[in-house]
This record gives sequence, C-alpha cells and structure tokens, in this order.
Amino acid sequence: VTQPSSVEEQLRELAPLVLGAVARLYGDFDDAEDAVQEALLAAATQWPAEGPPENPRGWLIAVAARRMTDRLRGEEARRRREVVAASREPADGPPPVPDRDDSLVLLFLCCHPALTPASAIPLTLRAVGGLTTAEIARAFLVPEATMAQRISRAKQRIKASGAPFVMPAGGEWAERLRSVLHVLYLLFTEGYAASTGAQVARSELSAEAIRLTRMVHASVPDDAEIAGLLALMLLGEARRPARTGPDGELVPLAEQDRSLWDRALIEEGVALVSAALPRGAVGEYQLQAAIAAVHDEAETADATDWPQILALYGLLDRMTGNPMVTLNRSVALAMVDGPAAGLALLEGLDDRLAGHYRLDAVRAHLLEMDGDRDGAIARYRTAAGRTTSTAERDYLLTRAARL
Amino acid sequence: MKYMLLMNHAATPGSQPVDEWAPDDIKASGAAMWAIHEELTANGELVGAERLAGPQAAKIVTHDGVGAPVVTDGPFPESKEFLAGYWFVDVESEERAIEIAARTSAAPGPGGEPMAREIQVRPVMGAPDREP
Repeated sequence: VTQPSSVEEQLRELAPLVLGAVARLYGDFDDAEDAVQEALLAAATQWPAEGPPENPRGWLIAVAARRMTDRLRGEEARRRREVVAASREPADGPPPVPDRDDSLVLLFLCCHPALTPASAIPLTLRAVGGLTTAEIARAFLVPEATMAQRISRAKQRIKASGAPFVMPAGGEWAERLRSVLHVLYLLFTEGYAASTGAQVARSELSAEAIRLTRMVHASVPDDAEIAGLLALMLLGEARRPARTGPDGELVPLAEQDRSLWDRALIEEGVALVSAALPRGAVGEYQLQAAIAAVHDEAETADATDWPQILALYGLLDRMTGNPMVTLNRSVALAMVDGPAAGLALLEGLDDRLAGHYRLDAVRAHLLEMDGDRDGAIARYRTAAGRTTSTAERDYLLTRAARL
Repeated sequence: MKYMLLMNHAATPGSQPVDEWAPDDIKASGAAMWAIHEELTANGELVGAERLAGPQAAKIVTHDGVGAPVVTDGPFPESKEFLAGYWFVDVESEERAIEIAARTSAAPGPGGEPMAREIQVRPVMGAPDREP
C-alpha cells in the first residue's frame, strides 16, 4: 500500500518535470500550469486509492494534455475557429514526452523580476513546488480564492512581460539568478519563524524553500552563492527546535538549548559554506551563512567567536550597505568592544531605520548590557509597541518586565 | 503584509447622513466602493470585507463571570467613532494599504463630492520576522 505522504512527495517531485513538458508541448505556460495543477489534483485523489500508474510522469502529462485539449476545444466552440485549434491539437494517445528537465527554466520564469516577491512566491510554490492552491492559501492564511487570483495575476504579468520559456543566457543569467535566490530566501524566512498551531503550515514553507534550493544547487553545483544560500537555510533550520519555548514564546539565540539543534543540518551547512567561500566571488549569502556557522559551531553562547562574527559583519556591511546589517554589526561590536561601542554605531542608524522596532530592540539590549536599566525598559517598550509580531511583542515586554 | 482598513459609520462631522442622500448619490457611492472591491479581488489582495449594521441594531454585552450577562442597547460612541465596516487586505506594502484607504476615503458623497472619510489603517499582528 502506498503511503499518502509518499504520493504527495512523488507529485511534488514530478510537478516541475510535467509542467516543463506540457508548457513546451503547447507553448503556453499560463494554461499549462492550470492544466498540470488539475492533473496533480486528479492524481492526489486517484493514486492513493488505485495505486500509482506504471509511468507516473507519462500519466500526469497525458492527463494535463487532455485538459489542454479540452480547453482548446472549449475555446474553439466559443470562437468557432476550428482550423486554428485543430492544428494545435495533439494526436490521440499519450503525447510525446520530451526527455528533459525544465525545472530550472520554470523556476527562473516564476521568479521573473517582472513579479514582486509576494506574487513570485506563491507561483513558484504551485508551478515548481507542486503545492495546491489550497495548501498555499493555508500557509499564507488567506482564502483559497484570493490565492488563486494572486497566482493567476502573476501568470498574466509574466505573459505580458513577454518572457520566453527558455533559460536566460550570458549576463542576464546572473541577474535573473539573483531574483531566484532572493525569492527562495524570502520563502524560507516566511516559514522560519513558524512554530505552533496555525503556523505549522508555514514551517512547510521553509522545508519547501530548502528543497527547491537543493534542486538549484544540484543543477549548478559550482555556484558559490547558491551553495551559500543553501548553507544559510540549513544552518538556520538546524536551530528551529530550540527557537521557541513550550508556549510558543521566542527563545533568543543566547538562551537556546543547543542540545536541541540539529547536528546533521549544521554539519551539512558548515561543509557547504566552507567549500563555497574559498572559491572566490564571495557574496552576501555566503557571508550570512558563515556568520550562522560561527554561531552554530559554538558549544555555548559564551564560547561564540564574536571577533570573527564582527569581521564577517564588517565585510557584509561594506558589500550591502544595508542598515539592518549595520544593526546586527552593532551587537557583534558590543560583544567585542563593549556596549558603548555598539551604542555609538547605532547613532548613525536613527535616520535610516527611523521607527523600525528592531532599532529600538537592539538599543534596549545594548542599554541593558551597559547597565542603563531605565533606558533599556523604555526602549524595550517602544519596540514592543512598534512590532507587528505577537511573539516578538511578548518577548520584548517580558524583557522589560524582567528588569 | 496584512492590514485592516477600518471605516467609521458617519462621514466627516456636519455632513449629511446617508439616509438623506439623493438616490443617484447613493448609487455613485456604491459603484465607487464596488470598483475598489473588484480591484482588490482581481489582484488577490482581498482577504475579507464586511459592512456592519448601525448602532440601532447593535448590543453591548458585559459579563463579570458570576451573575447573568448584561446586554444593553448602548450607549454607543458618537457615530463618527462607530465602526461601519472593514476591508481585510493582504498587500505588498504599507504604501499600498494607504493607497487603498485614500481611494476609499475619497469615494463620492452627496453631490458627487469626495467624502474624505477617515479610514484607519491598522497592521495585523503576524509571525515574527526576526532571526533569534
């Protein structure tokens, strides 16, 4: 008897292969994506009951192709354009199955820069990840109809951009890869914080981000930034079991029970980033992964190699100019040179991060280190009022109350 | 990012109550609201939206956990502070939430004049975004 979960896994693996083939057969990504989604739903109900077909990929392609034909026939009847449609109909019987893997082409298309990450993420999950609209909607806590509309709008935008169903070449490849990695990174962080109740579906987003990034890494093993992003995800995921307490409350890194960290993930992440860094062309994902590796390799919080973290944040800050990186660097600086040095670095961020709760939260933390109890309490409270995260607010109010 | 856009029952102080509007003005106001609703739906930005009944149909319930619950017909705050409806949207940015609120605020009232109703834009509390 086939386990339902294995059918689900099988379908997710097959989804991009099938969609690639159908999109190529019909030259229409938008409709092909709908047809494949219908074929996957049909398989999800039929396979567990009747057993999977002998050639699962061929079965899915045939079902999706039939849907495409029905669609074309429907349009034909409506528009009475028999000649055009008939010429596009495949012959009866299973269509020829192109023997190639277009998963990466699909991923590049779904993460097209014409889309915002908020539309690229659900489209990627459905078209490349093989998730159903209902699953995606559940993970983002919106109605299924809303998510369906968002995905359909994203596909229309790709169509309007005129992006062809081919792998970008030359300089465009590197630029498009950046969009792909950014979307995968955001997908990972969407699920990163999830831990309890309704958020469980969201932790699957991190798992899916890791799965897709593994796929990209397997296709392009020599790219150091892809390896760096995968390492960053694994090193973060390793801490998931320790990141929240029994009541779903946040546990800061320094207080986490490190025996709960996933050693296998840490080893894999450290190996990936260690191999990637010496290859030259150091990028920000590699640096972030390197920082995560230093944290993950420390036996205790006190054993953390802060000077090394500070040096890495220095590089990252110079590379990105991102004020959030400067914010993190100030914490590392405080750990190395004392809270006054960290607080001084924060001075320059008041304009660039004005009103952001994390600036208040870090300042509160450094003031606490510096022994300024009243200042720290005030900043913790300001931060708590500004965050839109319940868990974060509770954490900040608890810090303030403890002082 | 999810936001609640909250609209209160009455327009700006001193303006005409809706039950005294000309039929065409009511129609135009409804059409403007419907157009916004349609756009949010088509974009996949709308999570939910409802209109709430007025103060006449509202009750206040209090319960001290011991005796019987107390149910009263009010008193309610001034109608300009009485919630009339909401849009629950999931949008790209705060700027987009503000843009939707601004258009809702400018929906036409009596004589086709923009109402300039006050719309509250409230972020919905979500999952943590920090890496502990």
